[in-house]
Amino acid sequence: MALKIDLRRFPGFFPIALLCLVVLYAPLVVVSVYSFNASASITRWEGFSLAWYVDVFTGPESPKFRQAAINSLIIAVLAAAGATLIAIAAAVAMFRTGRFKGRTLSFALINLPLMVPEIVTAVASLIFFSSIGLGGGLTTILLAHITFCIPFAYLPIAARMQGLSDSYEQAAMDLYATPWQAFRLVLLPLLLPGVMSGYLLAFIISLDDFLITNFVKGAGIETLPTAIFGAVKQGIRPNIMAISTLMLVVSVIFVTLSWWAGRSGKSKA
Amino acid sequence: MAAAAPGGASTSSRIYRGNVLRLIGPSWVIIGIFLLIPVILTVVYSFLTKEFRGGVQWTPTLAAYDQFFFDRGLFGDEPPRIEWTYLGIFWRSVWQAASATLLCLVIGFPTAWFIATRDPRQRATWLFMITIPYWVNLLIRTVSMKFLIRDEGPLNSLLMWTGITDAPLGLINTNFAVQLGLFYSYLPFMVLPIYAAVERYDFSLSEAAADLYSGMWTTLRLVILPTVRPGIIAGCILVFIPSLGAFLAPDLLGGAKTFMIGSLIEEQFKGAAGNWPFGSAVATILMTIIMAVLLVYARAQGKESK
Amino acid sequence: MADAGTAISIDRVVKRYGSFTALHGITLEVGADEFFTLLGPSGCGKTTLLRAIAGFDDVTEGEIRLYGQNIANLPPHKRPVNTVFQHYALFPHMTVTENIMFGALRLGWSRSDAEARAREVLSLVRLDSFADRKPGQLSGGQQQRVALARALAPRPKVLLLDEPLSALDLKLRQAVRAELKSLQRETGIAFVFVTHDQEEALTMSDRIAVMSAGRVQQVGTPREIYEAPTNRFVADFIGETNLIEVEVKRVSDGRAEVVLPGGHITQCAAASQSHAGTGHISLRPERLTLCPAEAGDLGARVESLIYLGTDIQVWARLPDNERLILRVQNAGSIALPAVGQEIGIKIEADAARLLVD
Repeated sequence: MALKIDLRRFPGFFPIALLCLVVLYAPLVVVSVYSFNASASITRWEGFSLAWYVDVFTGPESPKFRQAAINSLIIAVLAAAGATLIAIAAAVAMFRTGRFKGRTLSFALINLPLMVPEIVTAVASLIFFSSIGLGGGLTTILLAHITFCIPFAYLPIAARMQGLSDSYEQAAMDLYATPWQAFRLVLLPLLLPGVMSGYLLAFIISLDDFLITNFVKGAGIETLPTAIFGAVKQGIRPNIMAISTLMLVVSVIFVTLSWWAGRSGKSKA
Repeated sequence: MAAAAPGGASTSSRIYRGNVLRLIGPSWVIIGIFLLIPVILTVVYSFLTKEFRGGVQWTPTLAAYDQFFFDRGLFGDEPPRIEWTYLGIFWRSVWQAASATLLCLVIGFPTAWFIATRDPRQRATWLFMITIPYWVNLLIRTVSMKFLIRDEGPLNSLLMWTGITDAPLGLINTNFAVQLGLFYSYLPFMVLPIYAAVERYDFSLSEAAADLYSGMWTTLRLVILPTVRPGIIAGCILVFIPSLGAFLAPDLLGGAKTFMIGSLIEEQFKGAAGNWPFGSAVATILMTIIMAVLLVYARAQGKESK
Repeated sequence: MADAGTAISIDRVVKRYGSFTALHGITLEVGADEFFTLLGPSGCGKTTLLRAIAGFDDVTEGEIRLYGQNIANLPPHKRPVNTVFQHYALFPHMTVTENIMFGALRLGWSRSDAEARAREVLSLVRLDSFADRKPGQLSGGQQQRVALARALAPRPKVLLLDEPLSALDLKLRQAVRAELKSLQRETGIAFVFVTHDQEEALTMSDRIAVMSAGRVQQVGTPREIYEAPTNRFVADFIGETNLIEVEVKRVSDGRAEVVLPGGHITQCAAASQSHAGTGHISLRPERLTLCPAEAGDLGARVESLIYLGTDIQVWARLPDNERLILRVQNAGSIALPAVGQEIGIKIEADAARLLVD
């Protein structure tokens, strides 16, 4: 008789893992489903309808949300770009210039946005901007977003660079490339999956932020999260669920892209 | 290989060594100006005098900390007694964050273990599924949770329809709702480091334990848990710290009874009762606690690696 | 002192990393059409020296001259030498042709010249039909040849090769050795080849520098290195050898008179000039023969016999308990001693050599 023993298996772990997935997805699925509810009531299901999606784009609140969405996108695109550029330069400094003075400190500084609690970053930014007399607006939001996006852009880029032998750049310089040419023609193309992945992560993180934006945005300017938060304070209405579902879809698409970019890079090199 | 100098100098490439300052400079400038200086400024603000309707007067005072720790009566002329209101909020925050961390651990460890013992292809899929919700907007996730567990929400409807309960559970606006929200917010932070530790775990250790007459749960307790402990501790820290300063989960799921540090700080800068020095003081105390936790952790890490 | 016949001259080069000294004052000359090998165990400094010539590591002290010009302070992209890297470092995002054209284009060649040159070197390494492939689509041996073509394309004055065969399997390695050697003759430039594999070094090189612990132990032709090692390290590192402790009676004119274990006195070549007291001689196992116990220069007891196919190894113990290994050709008719038997060992003329300790 074969005695079946698998030392890797513990009874009950699989159901817990499943439960984990259920808890993680149930709220999102429920909200997505209810966003297609025909009823204006959020409690009763009265049949499938796209009415709330129509409302999102044409309803009385649509101009407000459209402007908020545009603001969110502009900030995310620019903040991710700024953070990615800074992160590429920082990663090159950290992994391609030897052990310079202040390397450990630089490492700590790059990761600082991950260590400071979000609420503290939020009030600190508010205090800083108000003390230098910079009123809330797209500029303050953008500066704050670039700052806290840096470590998120940095992580995948640095990981990629660490996994990349510098012998490619040495070969390039052996073949008469200047350091800048070695970077542009060899390192950057090889780094591209990490750069893409870093940009996309920074983009999502920027799009995701509520707390810090809420503190530095000033009056009159809204991003999608602050607009949604304001609306939710008056109660969850179905159009919020439709917007949430749309944002959920955008996030999932971006994460999938980022994941895919990182993977395809790994399998090639 | 021949360049194997001590300290591994050969592993760090020096191709762009002439450009260090130009490369690292931008990150120093941006993070320095827009995060480091603001954080320092916050600490400074906590020692200044409050200006009504927000802002500060540049007169140094310990009033903010005095307000936090001492109760001097309505008119400030009574002998100081310990002020329990804010300490109570801190205590509740720590307790809530710790409970959420425990919840994450109890669910997260088996999940991480289960994923790490799949074959590689399944592993990637599971990891992807666990992390996707994390990338969905935190606000939307929290709102969704609120929607799900409301008294009139789908969860209670389902429970009552199936006859499991005959009245709503009354989950919303409870401590448990906040813990659930925090769990939902930060679970991947627990799963990922534990997963990484389990993935590196050498299963011949389990075989050796079994060979030496250890049952599976004994092996878990005496061999597996000690081996993957660094991953567990890292996971706990990664969940505990953001939970401690969380704002959305307590605000949306907790209601007035479950006021936490995040809301206390927010109130000082947003509400009508704005008091920037006091808010800064609370933020400073929160940062101090978190730095202390990180320091203890770093110390323990340092000891372990020796 | 640089004449037309010297491609590279390395002058008292020192390399220190903090308190660790990787190169202790290396002085070497590489001829203009020489296949020159740096041979040594890992950590001996051979790769550090090669990287210093290429420009990837700067030197702490000393000069590196390329046809008379000191290049020690030039960055790698300003040195007219090219490198074949250990793991090739072919740019994975470029085709074979783009890889090969890379250097010429950086030097400012026109595209058409660079393309023509790429075709030329590709046919030199017989990979004409692989021009448009990406490195990832090539076998290890093909990648190795692309790396060679890429390094030769910009017409370097010296080609540096950093263990280029170590990633190939044994059979391929043997074939590539012959190709490399003939390629060096065809191109007529100096090759500086780094390896830890003595067989590779012996079969390909015009001259070899044996390195250890950041120092050059001996420079010479393969034959000199093998047959006339100067010190214990070289004798031990190159090939199999027996190092036997002897008592030195007299040294003069490169000859020595030594007392072997067991009391027999013999004459041998000496690497050092003066020597008193005890020393070591090197005895190659294939230059020792078996004879009856009383007729040998050395007496020993057979410990074990190891069958190697073409040869049979005889492990024996000398009276002072030192181990001695002999190789006997497996000629079929030979009479092998039994384990435990007392045997005599005859040393062939000029086979023994007194070493510098």
